[in-house]
Amino acid sequence: MPSESGAISRDEVAHLARLARLAVTETELDTFAGQLDVILGSVARVGEVAAEDIPPTSHAVPLENVFRPDELRPGLSQEQALSGAPAAEEGRFRVPRILGEEA
Amino acid sequence: MTAPALVDYADVVARYEPTLGLEVHVELSTNTKMFCGCATTFGAEPNTQVCPTCLGLPGSLPVVNRTAVESAIRIGLALNCSIAPWGRFARKNYFYPDMPKNFQTSQYDEPICVDGYMDVTLDDGEVVRVGIERAHMEEDTGKSLHVGGATGRIHGADYSLLDYNRAGVPLIEIVTRMIPGTGERAPEVARAYVTQLRDLIKSLGVSDVRMDQGSMRCDVNLSLSPAGSGVLGTRTETKNVNSLRSVERAVRYEMSRQAGVLDAGGEIVQETRHFEEQSGTTRAGRRKETSEDYRYFPEPDLVPIAPSESWVEELRGTLPEKPWERRARLQAEWGISDEELRDLVNAGAIDLISDTVAAGAPAGEARSWWVAYLAQQANARGVELAELPITPGQVARVIALVAAGDLNNKLARQVVDGVLAGEGEPDEVVESRGLTVVSDDGALIAAVDEALAAQPDVADKIRAGKVQAAGAIVGAVMKATRGQADAKRVRELIIERVGS
Ligand SMILES: [Zn+2]
Repeated sequence: MPSESGAISRDEVAHLARLARLAVTETELDTFAGQLDVILGSVARVGEVAAEDIPPTSHAVPLENVFRPDELRPGLSQEQALSGAPAAEEGRFRVPRILGEEA
Repeated sequence: MTAPALVDYADVVARYEPTLGLEVHVELSTNTKMFCGCATTFGAEPNTQVCPTCLGLPGSLPVVNRTAVESAIRIGLALNCSIAPWGRFARKNYFYPDMPKNFQTSQYDEPICVDGYMDVTLDDGEVVRVGIERAHMEEDTGKSLHVGGATGRIHGADYSLLDYNRAGVPLIEIVTRMIPGTGERAPEVARAYVTQLRDLIKSLGVSDVRMDQGSMRCDVNLSLSPAGSGVLGTRTETKNVNSLRSVERAVRYEMSRQAGVLDAGGEIVQETRHFEEQSGTTRAGRRKETSEDYRYFPEPDLVPIAPSESWVEELRGTLPEKPWERRARLQAEWGISDEELRDLVNAGAIDLISDTVAAGAPAGEARSWWVAYLAQQANARGVELAELPITPGQVARVIALVAAGDLNNKLARQVVDGVLAGEGEPDEVVESRGLTVVSDDGALIAAVDEALAAQPDVADKIRAGKVQAAGAIVGAVMKATRGQADAKRVRELIIERVGS
C-alpha cells in the first residue's frame, strides 16, 4: 500500500524492524507501513495548531534543577529484581541471544 | 575474502595523514547512581544494586544526582569548557538488552560542557593542544554475559545473562574535536591525551579512572587521508581499548590496516571495530548505527538543568592544582631531573613522597625511602607502592627517628618491616622489638675493647695510622650489639681506644 501522508515509508518501517530485531513479513510491512503512516499523520496534525508564537516544548511544567542528594536508598533484593523475569540464571536476567550481532 | 596486507608504519606516515578523535567514558565514583539511590559498588553480587527506576519498571521516575552534575561541571571546567546555562537530557533509543528501559538516558544536542581544550605534553616536551568538543552526562549500561557459542563472545552465543548493577551508574563522556596533523606521532598523542585526562580526573577526585576495571574506557576514532590531499577519510571507531598501551597500539594498528585497504583500492567502512588485546589488532563489529537510528528526543521525565553562574563559579573554586603543574612545582622543590620525575610518576610515588614531606620529612630522605627500600618491598609483594600497608606519616616518623639518632638505617628498615607486618606504629615497633640504637658509651666501650682485644693485629694497624682497618672492628661491634650501635660513634670510640 502506498503511503498516504508520506510520514513514513515502507523502507523506513523495514529499517526500524531490523533495528529492533523483529522478523516482519512482506505482507506485514505493507500493513504496518500503512497503519503507522496514518498514526503519524494524525499526530502531525497537532503541529498545525501550533502558531508562530508558541515555542516547541518538551516539558509541561516549567521546572528546572530538580536534584536529589547523593545518598543511598534501599532498592530491591536480587530475588525481588528477578521475580518478574521470564527467565533467570545465576542471579541474572536470561535473554535470547542477539541475532546477527558481534559484540 | 582475505583482508589486505597491513602497511608498514613508516610507509603509512610517509603517504597518509591520520586524523584522530578520542571518546573517553568516565564512570563517576558517586555513592549512588545517576537517577536513583542505588549503590555503585564495583564487583557486588549481580542484580543486588537495582531498584524499579534503574530496572525501568513501570511507574518509576528518575531524579538527578546533584553530586554527579557537580562532578560533570568540575570535569568540564578542568578541561576549559564552557558550561551550558541550560540543557536537557535525551533518550537514546536502542534495542540491546543492556538497558532494561530500552533507552539510555544521555545528553544529545544540549551537552552540559562544550568547547574546551587540554594541552597535552608528549615525552619530549612537545605540546599538542587537543580541542574538547563536549563532555556530557549519561548513564552506564548493564553487563552482559554471553553463554554458549564457540568463543564465549557474543557471536554464536546461545543466550545472554544480564546484571543491571552497573545500569544507571553516572558516566561522563568526553569527546575531542578531530585532531589533525599529528602525523607519525598520532599513537603517542592518543596515549598522552588519555594519560593526562586520567590524571586530571583523578586529581578532581570524581572517579577512580581504573581502565582495568572499566571505570575509564576509550574509543578511538581514526581516519586517513592521502598526504597533502586535505580530503578527510572515512573513520572507524575502535572500542574495547582497555589500557593506555592499548590506546597507542589501537591507533597504530588502525593506521596500518586502513592504509592497506586504501592501497588495495578498497574503501574504509564506517563501522565499530573491536580491539583485541592479545594480538593488538582490531576486528569489525557492527555497522555503526546513525544517530537518526537512536531516535533521540528530550527526556520528558527529567527537568532541564540550568547551572547558575554562581554555582559554576563556586565549583571552579574547588578545582585543585593541575597534576602536571603540581609535578613541575614538586620537581623544582625537590630539585630532580625530568628523568627522575618520570620514574617517580611511573612508580606512583609522587603523592606518597609529597605526603611524606608534608608530614615533616626532608624531600631527599622521603624520596629515597619510597623509591628504594619500600619499592623493593612492594615489588616483593607484587603490589603497587600505594598499596603497601604503611602511610607517608609513618615513613616520616621513621625518618625523624633516624634524624634524632634513635635509629640507624638498619634498625629503621626493621621498624618499617614491623609496620608492614602490621605490628603497629613505628614507635610501637621500636618498643616491642627493642630497636633502639645503643648510645650508652659505657656499653659501647666495653664492646669496642673486647673487639680490639680479639683482633690485636687490626688494633696495631689502626694504631699505625691505617684508619680504614677500623671497619673490621666496627663490624665486630655491630655484630656484638646486634646492629643496634651507632656506627659513627663506634668508629670514634675505636680511634679513641686504640690511642689510649
Ligand atoms: Zn536503581
